Amino acid sequence: MFEKVWDRHLVTAETADTPAVLYVDLHLVHEVTSPQAFAVLRERGLPVRRTDLTLATMDHSTPTRTEQVFGGAPISIDSAAKQVRELEINCAAFGVELLGLRSAQRGIVHIIGPESGITQPGKTIVCGDSHTSTHGAVGALAFGIGTTEVGHVLATQCLLQRKARTFSINVSGRLRPGVTAKDLILGIIGQIGVGGSTGHVIEYRGETIRALDMDERMTVCNMSIEAGARAGMIAPDETTYAYLSGRPRAPQGADWERALEQWQQLPTDAGARFDREVEIDAATLEPMITYGTNPGMVIPISGVIPVKRDDLAFEKSLAYMGLEAGAAIKDQIVNVVFLGSCTNARLSDLRSAANLLRGHKVAKGVQMLVVPGSQQVKKDAEAEGLHKVFLEAGAEWRESGCSMCLGMNGDLVAKGQYSVSTSNRNFEGRQGVGARTLLASPLTAAACAVRGRVTDPRDLMNG
Amino acid sequence: MEPIKTLHSRTAVLPAANIDTDQIIPARFLTTTTREGLGRNLFADWRYDAQGTPRPDFVLNRPEAQGCRVLVAGRNLGCGSSREHAPWALLDYGFRAVISTEVADIFRSNSLKNGLLPVVVDEATSRWLIEHPGAEVTIDLDSTTLTLPTGERVRFPIEAFSRYCLLNGIDELGFLLGRVSEIEAYERRT
Repeated sequence: MFEKVWDRHLVTAETADTPAVLYVDLHLVHEVTSPQAFAVLRERGLPVRRTDLTLATMDHSTPTRTEQVFGGAPISIDSAAKQVRELEINCAAFGVELLGLRSAQRGIVHIIGPESGITQPGKTIVCGDSHTSTHGAVGALAFGIGTTEVGHVLATQCLLQRKARTFSINVSGRLRPGVTAKDLILGIIGQIGVGGSTGHVIEYRGETIRALDMDERMTVCNMSIEAGARAGMIAPDETTYAYLSGRPRAPQGADWERALEQWQQLPTDAGARFDREVEIDAATLEPMITYGTNPGMVIPISGVIPVKRDDLAFEKSLAYMGLEAGAAIKDQIVNVVFLGSCTNARLSDLRSAANLLRGHKVAKGVQMLVVPGSQQVKKDAEAEGLHKVFLEAGAEWRESGCSMCLGMNGDLVAKGQYSVSTSNRNFEGRQGVGARTLLASPLTAAACAVRGRVTDPRDLMNG
Repeated sequence: MEPIKTLHSRTAVLPAANIDTDQIIPARFLTTTTREGLGRNLFADWRYDAQGTPRPDFVLNRPEAQGCRVLVAGRNLGCGSSREHAPWALLDYGFRAVISTEVADIFRSNSLKNGLLPVVVDEATSRWLIEHPGAEVTIDLDSTTLTLPTGERVRFPIEAFSRYCLLNGIDELGFLLGRVSEIEAYERRT
């Protein structure tokens, strides 16, 4: 599948001396990684080549407090406010469509792509953000790029690329109740390692993947980069088509029929060879949680933190986390719970957490922040009354954005505090200087919020 | 971009594996709209304490690390976020090359586009470099060799076009802009 999409987007093929020139079908732009790229266009007097294939939004440094988004209150961080303004100026000057701060279509860039239907099978999609791999869930070739490359795509709609190697991750076995797509991808990263797929494009295959809904597939593809992969892809199928059908930016009518015919050609041919293959048994997985400072440092929630002798980096990581080798992770105190991010802030994620929270309260002393992935997710959740479940439990209900996943907008975890987070990175300082992040599923996060301790969600699930 | 042909420098060593770009430059410094001035916040949370005072035990704060232009790090350097602010910060600080057994894809690509040379070496060479901080090394891009003070010469891989651009200080945008007729032809046939 990767090779089919790759071949169809070659402007010129690679040679020993020069990389391929690869055409980009969709370029997503946000406020943090684009200002310096627009500056290069200005310096050189270049226009944006295909404004019709470029879509901008703001998510990383935007506030989540309603009064700062809609109420006219100033954005509390001056430099963030400047970045937001600069994107508005750049989009207006270069004719790029912007889903701005108050747009009903705004949201985390990797949530609004699929949600609007502009993310489609077979497309090449890039964005100055490593979690662009999310869009691979529909069978697109989607990957993160740096700001220099953002400039290349703005100016030429193309990138210079060497072809990646292919990596099949074949997943079999049914996920047990309480075990989610997040636990699956954390389990995969734990198995192959955080650098385990550098230089590769992963294709997730097998019966377990086919049984996932689109939101779950996005969670899996989202964290491909956490295993070092260039991109993650899942072949489109009836689940994909049913998801995309009727979405505002998806093809309509006769165009839909034509698109569908092309999409059906995309799946990897039987007998195709991959450069690397791994088999994963999903049936044995438990809810997973991280204990260290990279996503590969992960254990089943009933497990104990491993003991590694003479490994200074490991010891340093545990010292940062304030956790001990050989100890159980269960019942570890939790101070903050963050439900959000491009990994787990879609409607089904909020539903799963709300179902567990219903009739419970967030434990005393625990802050729980719920940040929907997009304004549309927020609206849909409110239509179902999910916001009431969160508010009644004592959680905060915010406007959409990246928020506490990386704390750029001031939504931060304090030094030394333990945060159970549905995001994707538990790096040192990721959620705030000295913050200690435990990555988990929305279901596990909700269970931890109720008890104020690391909790297996199955202990609180009915039946 | 400044061309690189040869680089002769002592090394600074951060032996940890999986140094992510959040460590190289934490997210709170990304609300900038320019490329300049990021060097002062390079490795900010390892380099300074809560009051902003340099931690004397951190490698880059030691007197012997001053002026080093080559950073040696553990496996999988630059993993995580795609922020190009990471190589910008390393360059602004004064580094011109990084050496590891594995350099994460996006960070490698971003480094090459800004004149920061990613040098990937075998385990044994990496181990030697980590055990000998401050070693005087020579990196020659023309012959793609790293020369250790022992006299040992190690070849390193680098993508041919990136090497050409680095040697000549050429940026890739010019090359892409030179392909406009092929790009137009692609747009006509699709």
